[in-house]
Amino acid sequence: MRYRVRHETAYAYGSDVVHSHQLLHLVPRPSPFQECEDHSIEISPINYRRRDEMDAFGNIVTRIEIESAHRHLDVSAEMEVEVHARPAVASAHTERWEDVHSSLSYKSGRWPAREVLEASRFRHESPYIRVKQAFDDYGAECFPPGRPVLACAEALMQKIHRELKYSPGDTNIATPLSEVLENRRGVCQDFAHLMIACIRSRGLAARYVSGYIRLRPAIPSADCGEGDPARLAVQPARSPEPQLDWVGAGASHAWVSVFSPPFGWLELDPTNNVHVGTDHIGIALGRDFGDVSPLRGVILGGGSHSLSVSVTVEPL
Amino acid sequence: MPAGAKSEGCLATYVADARRYDELLDEKGAVRQHWKPLIERVAAGDGTGAGRRGLELTRRLIIENGVTYNVYADPQGADRPWGLDPLPLVLTAGEWAEIEAGVEQRVQVLDALMADLYGPQRLLAEGVVPTELAFGHPNFLWPCHGIKPKDGNWIHIYAADLARAPDGKWWLLSDRTQAPSGAGYALENREIVEQVLPDSIRDLGVRRVRGFFGNVRQRLLAGATVDPDEKPLAVLLTPGPFNETYFEHAYLAGQLGLPLAEGTDLTVRGETVYLKTLGGLRRVHAILRRLDDDFCDPVELRSDSALGVPGLLGAVRAGRVVVANALGTGVLESAAWLGFLPGISKRLLGEDLKLPAVATWWCGEPPALEYVLSHLDELVIKPAYPNQHFEPAFGRHLTAEARAALIARLHARPYAYVAQEHLALSQAPVWRQNGSLGLSAKALSIRVYAVATDEGFRVMPGGLARVATDAAVDVVSTQRGGGSKDIWVLAGKPADESPEPVHASPALVRQDDIPSRVVENLFWLGRYAVRCEDKTRLVRSTLAVRVDASVWRIAVKFCRDLGFVGATLDPSESLRDDRNPLGVVADVKRMAWCASQVRSRLSGSYWRVVLDLQRQLQRASIARGEPREALDRLILALSALAGFAFDDMTHDEGWRLMRIGRRLERLQFLATLLAQYLETPKAARSNGVEWLLEACDSVVIYRARYVAAPRLGPTLDLLIRDIQHPRALAFQCEAIGRDLASLSTSLGGQSVEGLGNAVPYLDDAALFALEAETADAAEERLQLAHQLRGLVLAAAQLSDRVSMRHFSHTGADARALAT
Repeated sequence: MRYRVRHETAYAYGSDVVHSHQLLHLVPRPSPFQECEDHSIEISPINYRRRDEMDAFGNIVTRIEIESAHRHLDVSAEMEVEVHARPAVASAHTERWEDVHSSLSYKSGRWPAREVLEASRFRHESPYIRVKQAFDDYGAECFPPGRPVLACAEALMQKIHRELKYSPGDTNIATPLSEVLENRRGVCQDFAHLMIACIRSRGLAARYVSGYIRLRPAIPSADCGEGDPARLAVQPARSPEPQLDWVGAGASHAWVSVFSPPFGWLELDPTNNVHVGTDHIGIALGRDFGDVSPLRGVILGGGSHSLSVSVTVEPL
Repeated sequence: MPAGAKSEGCLATYVADARRYDELLDEKGAVRQHWKPLIERVAAGDGTGAGRRGLELTRRLIIENGVTYNVYADPQGADRPWGLDPLPLVLTAGEWAEIEAGVEQRVQVLDALMADLYGPQRLLAEGVVPTELAFGHPNFLWPCHGIKPKDGNWIHIYAADLARAPDGKWWLLSDRTQAPSGAGYALENREIVEQVLPDSIRDLGVRRVRGFFGNVRQRLLAGATVDPDEKPLAVLLTPGPFNETYFEHAYLAGQLGLPLAEGTDLTVRGETVYLKTLGGLRRVHAILRRLDDDFCDPVELRSDSALGVPGLLGAVRAGRVVVANALGTGVLESAAWLGFLPGISKRLLGEDLKLPAVATWWCGEPPALEYVLSHLDELVIKPAYPNQHFEPAFGRHLTAEARAALIARLHARPYAYVAQEHLALSQAPVWRQNGSLGLSAKALSIRVYAVATDEGFRVMPGGLARVATDAAVDVVSTQRGGGSKDIWVLAGKPADESPEPVHASPALVRQDDIPSRVVENLFWLGRYAVRCEDKTRLVRSTLAVRVDASVWRIAVKFCRDLGFVGATLDPSESLRDDRNPLGVVADVKRMAWCASQVRSRLSGSYWRVVLDLQRQLQRASIARGEPREALDRLILALSALAGFAFDDMTHDEGWRLMRIGRRLERLQFLATLLAQYLETPKAARSNGVEWLLEACDSVVIYRARYVAAPRLGPTLDLLIRDIQHPRALAFQCEAIGRDLASLSTSLGGQSVEGLGNAVPYLDDAALFALEAETADAAEERLQLAHQLRGLVLAAAQLSDRVSMRHFSHTGADARALAT
């Protein structure tokens, strides 16, 4: 699939912002399933310093500094991305979750495998995801003894999708995850964070992926090739009307990537209860939202502010 | 004193404890050889005389130096004297040599470990170190991965907490790698003990510690890139006065010759760090931080930090600034590392660790967990990560229920806990604070410091001994109300005598390095000090006229109209009223706050008066009856502040702005008071005029000049027109104008326009005409009052202009936003 994505962020400030540092994650990271063919970031005001680098997780990060007084900050990212179908993975063929846990755990003198070492970055608490007993308890039923790790993750995704209400406006990024669990409502960010917290509290590894999702599911016969598991893997959740819009389109989206040896990282979208396929466009990954937020920064001045974000994903 | 005769004098109360090593007594109960000279001196005669004098002197010196240790949420507030026992802990050259070698090697290992964790992570790949220790630690900062410090040192200042086991060996309890505290207190302690026991220090050959940290500044700047046209500048970054060790930050900054800066004093522009100073932005080349690393940059690290410097990490990454200790060093502050450090040392240095650490099990390994669960009674369970809400638990003290809960926790997240053997701390003599004077035994641990120098890490020959509240306690912490001691390391060979003290050159701190925030607070300190004084005087002069009902009515109305005496309150109650935001109590608080913000610029005397003022107010708030005596004392103290401000402070630009603040405040107050007075119907009456003169502290000068009963005309002449009377309006305007001119000469740039001739001009005839009891005269008085109100407005506008010109870049608060 080929998409053109436009991601526009506009801040309007009540008074002059005299100095602003911003960190942008708006360029798709390279991946085997995705190529970015064209990319641009336009920023207003036009006098700014910019530096593009790779962060510690391999994402492309853009740093912006604005020194002149301004009342608006408009950041508009545009990209053309080719998304390839991923090979189907039968969850039964992934390792048992206890075995994954034990290969991730430290054993004196054992040299951990490369991918295990990499996965261990995503096993612990991170600023937005505390590891608590409550998450362990919540997910417990999805992790019966001996179940393959991907099957556990799918069960957990279904549970979260079933039990949490998608309700924009009820939470924000400062809402503690324990509150999300208690109230059983949130947005894609919260769905993803909760799923990650449950997986990590089991001693397994999961990472947060930010990106976009197209508005309408591609019609299975047309778009889901043989290898695309998006519609196939999760039978129970299949919507009776496949033409319903995906939840989370029109804004930044987020989902979860689970360490599932021997197949490595596999991505699940708990907000829509699907495997990630050609309807998703990934941008960045990290331990949680804080590592990959599209735009984070610190401003001096500004008074009250308003923010509008719009995302359009156009299949080409 | 003969060995064995310890039951005499001050040692009569000292009891040995067979379970502990005794620093003072050997196994036979005799005073150890290296303690004898000191004990003989302090115990001369019955010993208690010298002891009492020493204790009293220490207490006084602590108060004088304003050593305060602000324990969070302590009901006693920010003002609690910090305990120092004047009897030092004495260590022999031999004992010290072992500690020194061990600590020096340990900090080397830790520095190398940092290089690996934030670089290739070989130790993780080879299974030497569990990934849990690094990646599970909240101070492992991913954004710092891949950054190499410019000078190659991750750690510039290191501290080790050590304790002596019953067998006499020193063991490491914990590592302090990110911003070790206490070094300032160690220096301060020595300074005090030097005055209490001056001869002993010299005669015993105690190694010197002064100047030791001078190396730090040198090393910091050695690694910095300084452009040809710049002077190297290093600052000490503090979280600010709310931090429990703020006093120490200010003290160290002074010792090191570094400006003390808060996060908001610094700004990052184009990957370069600048200090906002009165003279403009000045590039900062190095930062010694006392701020936890995750708080240092809200753009890339904790976005909820209001204490940090936005963009700092970018500047570090670009190699434009040296930050010490490097951001990310907090990851090593966990007991979980202790058990792995021998292996790390072997792998990185090829050496065995010289300094043993207290036996520690990280529960993340199943065999270790098993051991811990089966030996719970002998162990202390601690959190592996600093952000866990878990107090250390002593296995044997737990109830059955708590024990079961702990075991469940250990099973659920074993990697988040460590278990340590319980170490019986050694004990040493401490002067008893209560009851009959004598020495008693208290448990202690010591904190030892090392710094990076061009020749490698050096260990300070001394340190901070921390004393538990009583002998039986084995957890030592100043936050738990313990005390401290100086550590005396005896010189073994003559070469030890002079430990290379490098003094920071004060010449390197330039006037224009004063942070703008400090100057702004100086300005406001000046304003609040005068505001307190003026209000207090007005209240006192009002209470003095209670007998004269007509003046009393006017005076009370004044106090209420100006807002600082509550509408229904008697003026005598005003010192007890801490709710009124315009009251004296509130103003003293504001003044103290400003003073705390600029503490490094104030003399000791000044600071002591500020503390004293708050104590006086506390006392006044509980005392009953006529408060005039309390008011007198307040006025005296506030006048003292004015004196100290003039005599004890450097007369630089900051001081000049403080003086401008004082004068603007006085101008506004006086003009308001006069205007209001002139608006009252019977303003010409002499008893009212007398009250006015009293409120303006001008009775004596009036009498001397006019040799007559108080009259309105001469009084206005004195208070409005006199350019030599420091209470007069004209004097304030003149003086402010001179200070503004002097500022614009020394700072350059755009100058601030003064008040010019905004003081209403009246010739003698016009002044005297105001005294008449006629309608015309009343009208004239109102006219003058109107002009005076105009002056008040002009003064307020000038205050704003001064702020805009000199402090504006400190203005707005930084805010973090994310989408």
